[in-house]
Amino acid sequence: MIIDLIKRDSRRGFTGSAWLPAAFFLLVVVLMPFAVGPDARLLGTIGPGVLWVAALTAALLPIERLIEPDRAGGVLDQLWLHGLADETVAAAKILAHWVSFGPLILIAAIPGAALLALDFPQLVQVEIGLAVGTAGLAALAVAVSAVTAGLPRAGALAGLLLLPLAVPLLIFGAANALLLETATSLFLVAGAPFVAGAAIRASRT
Amino acid sequence: MSFLLRFEKVALRRGGRLLFEDMDLALGQGQRLQVVGPNGTGKSSLIRLAAGLLRAASGYVERSPLALADDEPALDRDLPLERALGFWEGSPEEAMESLGLGHLASVPVRLLSSGQLKRATLARVAASRAPLWLLDEPLNALDADGADRLGKVIDAHITNGGAILAASHQQLPGDWRRLELGA
Repeated sequence: MIIDLIKRDSRRGFTGSAWLPAAFFLLVVVLMPFAVGPDARLLGTIGPGVLWVAALTAALLPIERLIEPDRAGGVLDQLWLHGLADETVAAAKILAHWVSFGPLILIAAIPGAALLALDFPQLVQVEIGLAVGTAGLAALAVAVSAVTAGLPRAGALAGLLLLPLAVPLLIFGAANALLLETATSLFLVAGAPFVAGAAIRASRT
Repeated sequence: MSFLLRFEKVALRRGGRLLFEDMDLALGQGQRLQVVGPNGTGKSSLIRLAAGLLRAASGYVERSPLALADDEPALDRDLPLERALGFWEGSPEEAMESLGLGHLASVPVRLLSSGQLKRATLARVAASRAPLWLLDEPLNALDADGADRLGKVIDAHITNGGAILAASHQQLPGDWRRLELGA
């Protein structure tokens, strides 16, 4: 059942609009040279940070469709009745969400780095950081999505919740502190299923 | 005799309001019980409590593996009906056939009418191998043929030693024990 759920959710991720966060990511990156001017040295300095801010904002886009449709449609109830703990469901959703989110951001970061005049070693560093960090972002997105599921104006509220919580990922990612980035991401991936599971349980009335 | 569903002195509170208390209920193999009562007396809440989706304020609930059909079909809207049902139960063909959905197997769920969706929800329960069925307003949106087919599916389940707890303000097909709420 859990394998089926991961397959189902990643399929829904890709048939739903998996390209949207990646496209948004690129759009934010494209805006930057327009905003600060085409000075390659300046862009190279702020480039990694810009890529991270773009990744963070892109992570907000899919939040409303991660949990709420399944809550409203009774799928979460049925999964629980089929013997899956809410935490297990949340963990499966985090994995499935990362599959349709992380790799596309990593791919979009390649043209993004070129637009910001990053050199190759910088690109490699950012890619490694993003590969680690997007897992934490995906976990955070699912947790925040579960906490806000069913609330009015959930999308805006989710943004207010997610961005502050993602600040450590941003700091360590942009500063290229890979070990601290990994630790933060691991902490989020480990904790998010429990937060999301509790939120799903609490939303059952 | 072993029970498939048993309430012992159960009280249920929702939003600070006490819906019922001291409720005893036992459902054994081959038994069916219909919960009746006006709107808002807690029929659906009783079903969700029996499913374990709500927690009793006090008392004790014992339940065997169960399948629940409520207002939500829990089927992926973009998938063909057979695949959507197949996510929950390995081989839904027989249940689809018995509820008259055989010809809709390849139709995406989002194109189904509300009556067809209700049939699909009931087919999900019928395809499960759970001994206990919980049906919340199973007749809603069903036409005469649908109600007729539901009656046959229910009879077959009861004959096979299953048990059914249903909530409905309409007369369900077959011979039901009744439980009055909020009288």
